[in-house]
Amino acid sequence: MNSEYLISIIVSTVVAATPLIYAALGELVVERAGVLNLGVEGMMLVGAVTAFVIGSTSGNLFLAYVSAALAATLLSLLFAFLTLTLQTNQVATGLALTLFGLGLSAFAGRNFAGLPITGLKPLVIPLLSNLPLLGPLFRFDPLVYGSLILFWAVHRFLHRTHAGLKLRAVGESPSVAHAVGQPVIRIRYLAVMFGGATSGIAGAYLSTALTPMWVEGMSAGRGWIALALVVFASWRPWRVLAGAYIFGAVWIGQLHAQAFGIPVPSQFLSSLPYLATVVVLVLISRNKRLTMMNTPASLGQPFVPDR
Amino acid sequence: MLSFNLRLEKRPLPSSTMRIAAPLLASVAMLITGLLVFAALGKDPLNALYEFFVVPINSSYGVGELLLKATPLMLCALGLALGFKSNVWNIGAEGQFTLGAIAGGGVALFWGPALGKLVLPAMLLAGILGGMGWAAIPALLRTRFNTSEILVSLMLVYIAQLYLTYLLHGSWRDPEGFNFPQSKGFDENATLPLLFEGGRATIAFVFALVLAAASWFFSTKTFAGYRMVVSGLAPAAAAYAGFNEKRNIWLALLISGATAGLAGICEVAGPIGRLQPSISPGYGFAAIIVAFVGRLHPLGIVLASLLMALLYLGGESVQLSLQLPSAITGLFQGILLFYLLAADLFVGFRLRRKVRDKPPRTLSAAAETIQPPA
Repeated sequence: MNSEYLISIIVSTVVAATPLIYAALGELVVERAGVLNLGVEGMMLVGAVTAFVIGSTSGNLFLAYVSAALAATLLSLLFAFLTLTLQTNQVATGLALTLFGLGLSAFAGRNFAGLPITGLKPLVIPLLSNLPLLGPLFRFDPLVYGSLILFWAVHRFLHRTHAGLKLRAVGESPSVAHAVGQPVIRIRYLAVMFGGATSGIAGAYLSTALTPMWVEGMSAGRGWIALALVVFASWRPWRVLAGAYIFGAVWIGQLHAQAFGIPVPSQFLSSLPYLATVVVLVLISRNKRLTMMNTPASLGQPFVPDR
Repeated sequence: MLSFNLRLEKRPLPSSTMRIAAPLLASVAMLITGLLVFAALGKDPLNALYEFFVVPINSSYGVGELLLKATPLMLCALGLALGFKSNVWNIGAEGQFTLGAIAGGGVALFWGPALGKLVLPAMLLAGILGGMGWAAIPALLRTRFNTSEILVSLMLVYIAQLYLTYLLHGSWRDPEGFNFPQSKGFDENATLPLLFEGGRATIAFVFALVLAAASWFFSTKTFAGYRMVVSGLAPAAAAYAGFNEKRNIWLALLISGATAGLAGICEVAGPIGRLQPSISPGYGFAAIIVAFVGRLHPLGIVLASLLMALLYLGGESVQLSLQLPSAITGLFQGILLFYLLAADLFVGFRLRRKVRDKPPRTLSAAAETIQPPA
C-alpha cells in the first residue's frame, strides 16, 4: 500500500466521521442535561433535505446550512415542548420524532431526488494545501475544521465554564439544581435545541458534502450510530471524537475492501459499521457499575418542578 | 397581564375517559392537519380527504387491502406493546420481521416439495423462530452485558436487510428470474389461504385477531403478564417483590420477536409469494406508532392498526388520483403519534379557566397567584 493511498484513506475517514461528530456532540450535550432524544436520525434527515433544497435552489451553501440547522432546531423544539413542557415519555417522543422526520423529509424532498448539487468546496490553506503528498490533509472543507472547533467548544463549555457546570448539574440532579434556583426546564430546552442544530448540520453535511445529493432515508442509521457513540464515549467529548474517527475508518475501510474485490460478499462488508456499533456497545456497557457512574443520573427522566 | 385564560391543573387521579379519548382526539387533530396540508398543496381539501380516507375502502377489494395491511401492523404491535408495558424497548421489529421472512421462506424454498401439505405450518413455525432468534440477540446482550436493547435491535434491522439482499444476490436467487434479485415463487402449498374471494387478505388476519385475544388474556389473567405490567409501572416494587428482571426482558423480546417474525413470514407467504429485497414498507416501525395509539391494549391495537393501514392505502390512493406524493403517509403517521403524545397530557391534567383576571387586592390573594418558576 503506497503512502498516497494511505493519505486518501485518512482523508475520506475524516470526512465520513464529520457528520457523526456534529450529531454525537450535540446529543452529548442534550444527554448531559438529562434528556434522551432518540430523534437524531429524524432531525438529520430533515437537515439533509432542507440543506439540499435550499442549496440547490439558491446556490448558496451557507444559507443551506443555516436553514438546515434552523429546521432541525424547530423539530427539536417540538420534542422539547412535548417532553419538557408536557412531560411525555422521552423514548416514545424521540421515536416519534425520528418517524416524523423520515416522513417529512421524504415528503419535502420528493421533487429533488437524484438532482445534482455543487458540493461543499475545500478550504485551501496557502502553502500547506500544496504540499507534496501531505497536501490533501490540508484541503478539507470548512465543516471538517468546524467539527474540531465544535469539539473544543463543547469540551470547554462542559468542563471549564460555569454554564456547563450548571448544565451538568441539571442532568445529574434536576431537583437539587432547581432547589438552588437553576431554571432546569429552560436549560434543558436550550440543550435540546443545541442538539437539534448540530443534528441539522450533520444532516446537511450528508446531502451537500459526503454524497452531494438527496436520497430518501440517506442517513442510513447514522443518527442511531451517533447515539451509540455517545454511550461509547461515556458522555465525554474527546471520546466522541475518537469514536467518530474509528467509525469513519470502519465505514471507509469496508468501502475500500469492496472496491478491492475482497472475496467477502459486499453485503457483509456493508453491515460492518452496524455490527461494529453493536460490538462496541457491548464492550462499553459490559461493566454495569462503570456505566452507571458515567451515565447522567437523570437521563430520560422527566422533571416536574414543584413549587 | 395578557396570558392564557386557562391553566393546567393536575388531576387527583389519571382520567380513564381521557385515556380512551386521547387517541380519538389525536386522530381528529390529524384529520384537521390533513385538511391544512392538502389545502397547502393546492388541492380541494375535502375532496382530498375523501380520496385519502374513503375511496380506498369503498369496495370489498379495498376492505381486503385494509385487512391485508393491518395484519402485519397488528401482529408486530401486539408483541411490541407487551415489551413497552414492561419498559423493554424493542424498536427492531422490522429486522425480526425480515428474519422471520427469511427463515420461513427458506423452508418453502428448500424443503417445500419434501414437506408436502405440512410445508405451511413448518414455514410459520420457522418464521416465528427466526424472529425470536433475531430478538434473542438484544435480549442476550441486554441481560448479559447490560447493552441498550434500543440501539442493538435497531442496528440489527440494517444487518437483517443486508442479509436478505445477500441471500437474494447469491444462492437463493431464482435461476430463471432474469437475474432479478428475488427467489422462486412459492408454490400453492406454501401460500396462505385467502380470507375471502375477491381480495388479497389472507387468514393471517385471523391469526392476528387470535393473538390479540391471547395477548389480552396473557397480560390480564396470567401471573407472567402481571409481572411484566408491574415491572413497567413500578420497577422498584417489582424488584422488591422478587420479580426476575432478566426473565422479563427475555420474555418481552422473545414474544415481540416471535410476532414480528410471524408477520414477516405471513407477508411473504401471502401477498408477496416469494422473497424479494423489499418486503415491508416499514411495518415494523409503524407498529411502534400502532402500539402507542392503541394504548398498548389489544383491542386498541386492533383499531389502531386498521387506522394505520388506512393511512398506507390513502397515501397510495392520493398518489394515483391527485398526483400527491405517497410519502404523505409517513408524514401523517408521525403527526398522529405526536398528537397522541400531546393529547396524553389530558390524562393526567385538566384545563381550568383562571378564576381571576383582575389584579388581586389583598396580599394573600397575590401570594396565591405567584406561579412556580417554569
